[in-house]
Amino acid sequence: MNEITLTNLSIVILFLPLIGFFFTLLFGKRIKKMYAFEILVICSVFALTVVLAFFKLTQFVNARIISEFTWIDIKNSAILPNISIDLGIMLDNLTVLLMFVVALVSMLVHIFSLVYMKGDKRFNRYYAYLGLFTFSMNGIVFTHNILMMYIFWELVGVSSYLLIGFWYEKKSASDASKKAFLVTRVGDVGMFAGILLLFVTYHTFTFDKIFAQISAGVLPFNSGFWLTITGLLIFCGAVGKSAQFPLHVWLPDAMEGPTPVSALIHAATMVAAGVYLVARVFAMLTADALLVIAIIGAISAFIPATIALTQKDIKKVLAYSTISQLGYMIMAMGVGAFSYAFFHLITHAFFKACLFLGSGSVILGMHHEQDITKMGGLRKKMPLTYATFLIATLAISGVPLTSGFLSKDGILAGTLAFSKLTGYWVFPVVGYFVAALTAFYMFRLVIITFHGEPNDKEKFEHVHESPYSMVIPLVVLSTLSIFIWYTPNPISADAGWFLPKWVHTPATIVPNFARFDFMKSFAKPGEIKKEDNTKAIVSVVNNDIIPTRTTIITEQPAQEGQEEIIHSESYTETFHSYHYPAILLSILVGGFGILMAFVIYHWKKISADKLANALKPLYNFSYHKWYFDELYDYTFIWLTMFLSKILYWFDANIVDGIVNGSAVVVRFASRFSAKFDSIVVDGFVNLLAYISGFIGIFFRKLQTGKVQTYVIYVVFSLVILLFLFKSF
Amino acid sequence: MENFPILSFITFLPILGMILILFVPKKQEILIKWLTLLVTGVQLVTAGFIWRYYNYALGGINNLNTFQFIERFRWIDISGLTWLGNVKVDYLLGIDGLSAPMVFLTALITFIATLSSWNISKSIKGYFALFLLLDTGMFGVFVSLDFFLFYIFWELMLLPMYFLIGIWGGVRREYAAIKFFIYTLFGSVFMLLVMIGLYFSTTETLANGSKIFTFNIIAMMDPKNFTATGILSPFNPNNLRLVAFIALFVGFAIKIPMFPFHTWLPDAHVEAPTAISVILAGVLLKMGTYGILRISYPVFPEITHQLAWYIALFGMINIIYGALCAMAQKDYKKIIAYSSVSHMGYVLLGMSALNSAGFSGAILQMFNHGTITAMLFLGVGVIYDRAHTRGVDDFGGIANQMPIYTGFTTLAFFAAIGLPGLSGFVSESFVFLGSFSVPSIRVISIVSTLGILLGAGYMLWTFQRIYLGELKEKWNKLPDLSFREYAMLVPLALVIVALGIYPSAMLNLMNSSVNALTDFMNNAQKLYSLVGKY
Repeated sequence: MNEITLTNLSIVILFLPLIGFFFTLLFGKRIKKMYAFEILVICSVFALTVVLAFFKLTQFVNARIISEFTWIDIKNSAILPNISIDLGIMLDNLTVLLMFVVALVSMLVHIFSLVYMKGDKRFNRYYAYLGLFTFSMNGIVFTHNILMMYIFWELVGVSSYLLIGFWYEKKSASDASKKAFLVTRVGDVGMFAGILLLFVTYHTFTFDKIFAQISAGVLPFNSGFWLTITGLLIFCGAVGKSAQFPLHVWLPDAMEGPTPVSALIHAATMVAAGVYLVARVFAMLTADALLVIAIIGAISAFIPATIALTQKDIKKVLAYSTISQLGYMIMAMGVGAFSYAFFHLITHAFFKACLFLGSGSVILGMHHEQDITKMGGLRKKMPLTYATFLIATLAISGVPLTSGFLSKDGILAGTLAFSKLTGYWVFPVVGYFVAALTAFYMFRLVIITFHGEPNDKEKFEHVHESPYSMVIPLVVLSTLSIFIWYTPNPISADAGWFLPKWVHTPATIVPNFARFDFMKSFAKPGEIKKEDNTKAIVSVVNNDIIPTRTTIITEQPAQEGQEEIIHSESYTETFHSYHYPAILLSILVGGFGILMAFVIYHWKKISADKLANALKPLYNFSYHKWYFDELYDYTFIWLTMFLSKILYWFDANIVDGIVNGSAVVVRFASRFSAKFDSIVVDGFVNLLAYISGFIGIFFRKLQTGKVQTYVIYVVFSLVILLFLFKSF
Repeated sequence: MENFPILSFITFLPILGMILILFVPKKQEILIKWLTLLVTGVQLVTAGFIWRYYNYALGGINNLNTFQFIERFRWIDISGLTWLGNVKVDYLLGIDGLSAPMVFLTALITFIATLSSWNISKSIKGYFALFLLLDTGMFGVFVSLDFFLFYIFWELMLLPMYFLIGIWGGVRREYAAIKFFIYTLFGSVFMLLVMIGLYFSTTETLANGSKIFTFNIIAMMDPKNFTATGILSPFNPNNLRLVAFIALFVGFAIKIPMFPFHTWLPDAHVEAPTAISVILAGVLLKMGTYGILRISYPVFPEITHQLAWYIALFGMINIIYGALCAMAQKDYKKIIAYSSVSHMGYVLLGMSALNSAGFSGAILQMFNHGTITAMLFLGVGVIYDRAHTRGVDDFGGIANQMPIYTGFTTLAFFAAIGLPGLSGFVSESFVFLGSFSVPSIRVISIVSTLGILLGAGYMLWTFQRIYLGELKEKWNKLPDLSFREYAMLVPLALVIVALGIYPSAMLNLMNSSVNALTDFMNNAQKLYSLVGKY
């Protein structure tokens, strides 16, 4: 197993699902069991990913393997330097870890759907779309350049569009898919603008080459401000895809799609791509950009958490909690808790997929009922679903011994450290408040759904535990929500293998003046940075099988015993000093949330209805999702439609009016000139003719043909002539 | 192969076919159709040969020696007109990386349009005869390098197009045909004036050393060839080059169509039969932008630099205005027609950048818009043939009834939206890369990216209203694609996907010419600024 084999393996992993998509779509109509092919494909993808991840994380743990080829090459142009666009894959630890998550969740969803989607008339089509999604998501994960990321970014958008609108006979489903595509595209336009800025400045799309130039001091328009703008424009893509405020409105609607799809795309993988994007460009984010990112993340963590409190649809609650958790990760990126943000991405992928698939199991058991107020008491009928759902709920609430506890505490410690160093105390406040809310609404969900007495007796009678092909994925995912997979020490992730060995915070490369104060003490330009405790060894190898250029960058890890520095030394120190306080506070806050949920919904010490009535305006505000949909409907959508109608009116009446008007004018002029022609010009001619005719008639009258008359004329004329000549 | 006049062959083969058709009895409808298909098929194969023997290294543009498949002989030779001097017009054909993609596009689109014409029922003989005449006109425009010849072919297209819309069109066909005809003729008048002005300003040196006026487009690009006093000569201090550029530009802009000269397009498209819409959108619109790149730009490079900002502005207006107008439509065909206005705006924006990325994007977008919009119009045609309505709100749930057809239209819709992996994305990206690189039009470029969003908006909305939702009762008998319809859609789909994945196939072909054009435009500016000091 060498580096070349690894890259070839990952290329196989990348394209296998595409083949699955293609064949399943093409032959799905004729061959009833075509979906089996796609399942075979995804299982092989998973197996290969395990092999890939194993070798990468054991043998090549410090290597970054880049394999690229030239896609477009516009040579010898005078104006721009050669436009040469490389596509390629990059294998680092983030890649294989996320790849593993994608492959695993995708495989489990494939299996889960076997029963969940049974009897659907487009069963094969469904599997084909899942294949397309897996392919696109792999592309995002594997990419080594921002253009390819954008390409696959759009492709996941399409597969998401196709899957949200899978039951397109329903208007709500097709509306939701359209909304998802368009709202995320708003973010994508920003991302595209950011990519343009990068390309115009650096003439390349490849991350490494861009970063190398930034650390050499090349900035867009030579200003740190524009570096901030570039970073934020790229971040717009993440805002769209990861459903961050203000573009979060599409994700709850996306729940119109089949539930396993919600688990795969709208909980575990695609929506996390935004966090992955931020992770990829993390090194080039300036202090201002990071601050904005943290603020957006905090708002996105807070608003949906308040909305989730009052929702009655099981999937909507989970959807809002997804946005909230994604906001958590984005905020964590912003405050510099890079590795914990990424860690939370992975733990969240597992427990949220578990929750969504669990909700799918409930929905199927309840015969497609999604309203939790009609459920209740399900734990007796669906013990396995309940148990797995509960474990995942514990994880998302941050209860000790779960994976969520580990990642969430890291994030909270990060916010504390950040606020200590910069004074922005709002981030830990929001962080803890949201942690309490999360614990509360998740337990509210569990209690209303699974505990107490059944609210709809008739439906309850027919409820049954789901078959094994659905329960096994739940068990796998809930097992992965336990700490042991990540670290042997249940209260510190730093003790394990995951964070210290595999995930390293990239050292910032932005110029000194664009950094936070606490990071400024290091690195005068040209000096070897202290944070940069890795030195890279680069070697280039030729690939004999696939014609690509392969570059292997081996980084020297931190020395044994020497602590890894995240962000900066002072940040690392503060971070560690806040570790235990963060844990304590988090347990308190989470416990309080859970307690309140039990007090209100289980023991019913406080009536939920009375509470809702007492806080009616707040309740309504939350229930109606802060009226974001209405706001956007009456502003952006209305404005666009209004503009389009006005412009079309302008087009049909003014622009075309001028065209038709000029035709009318010409016709009028032609009629006028025809009249002029017939009356004046021709009239003059006719007048002359008339006059000459008249004269003719006059003279003709004179010619009578009688000799007597002529004699009179002659005599008369002679008399006149005589008189005339007499005067001479 | 060396001496075979392949360009004349591909251009005049349809005339031959037309003459043959005129001798075929009216009743032999099948024969007429197959004959036309044979002609267009042979053209397609010939285009393949051209591609095969095309030399990627040669640039063309302003150097006749680097054009390919050149055919040249004296066509009109009148000597001894006292005040005019000798009139000599060359029959001069040749292609470079700018026209070669257009030749391939025309060959492909005409072939598919022939297939799409299969269900024409009214006077078949006349239709296919005119169709082939149009075919000749289109090829002629793209291969001729002599302005006089170019103009003749340009006008030659007008007549068959007028009848094809006016006789075989929809309800308001006569209005649409007249509007199309007069509008284009209006542009042609400007073109004619500029052509004559250029003729009397440009000279060519004969073998015996004497100088005569010339229509040769290549000669017009070299300032050395201008006379000292010609009305469009840069040496003449009172020259009218700016006015001439604008006049010529308007002539071409009508064809693109550029706002505000675009209103003939929706009418013509709505009334024209499907095949003619396909040709109109697929090929004819490209002639406007082709003409600008072939004639306006290199003949007036210094004016182009002056006005590039305005060209970009009109590109932006086309993109946004077209998209918003498309959103307000209720007629399927009109939506696609306005989307053409929007997508041709990208071509304008790309060419206004005057750099290689912009030119590559513009030319590639011309090709891609041809294939994508052709596919969209075919999609409209397929459903119109079955349902006899184009009202967007009349439909719903067609996806269930005609899944394969919906599959193809989905591809076309997403290609039009600019989905990566399909051809439209690459050209749009290049347009933006090119225009964004130029500081003066950077803001315009950024505003234009809104078109990406609006485009997705109206396209997905249309898609939803026609294909998604509950199937309406009255459409539950519509059959899915026939074999002939497969034959039309599959090649286009393959081209769209292939160029999305491997755009270099086309980009490499035009690379030398794009660079030649870019270099010429930027060197010429220096050259002309020196000339201006005379």
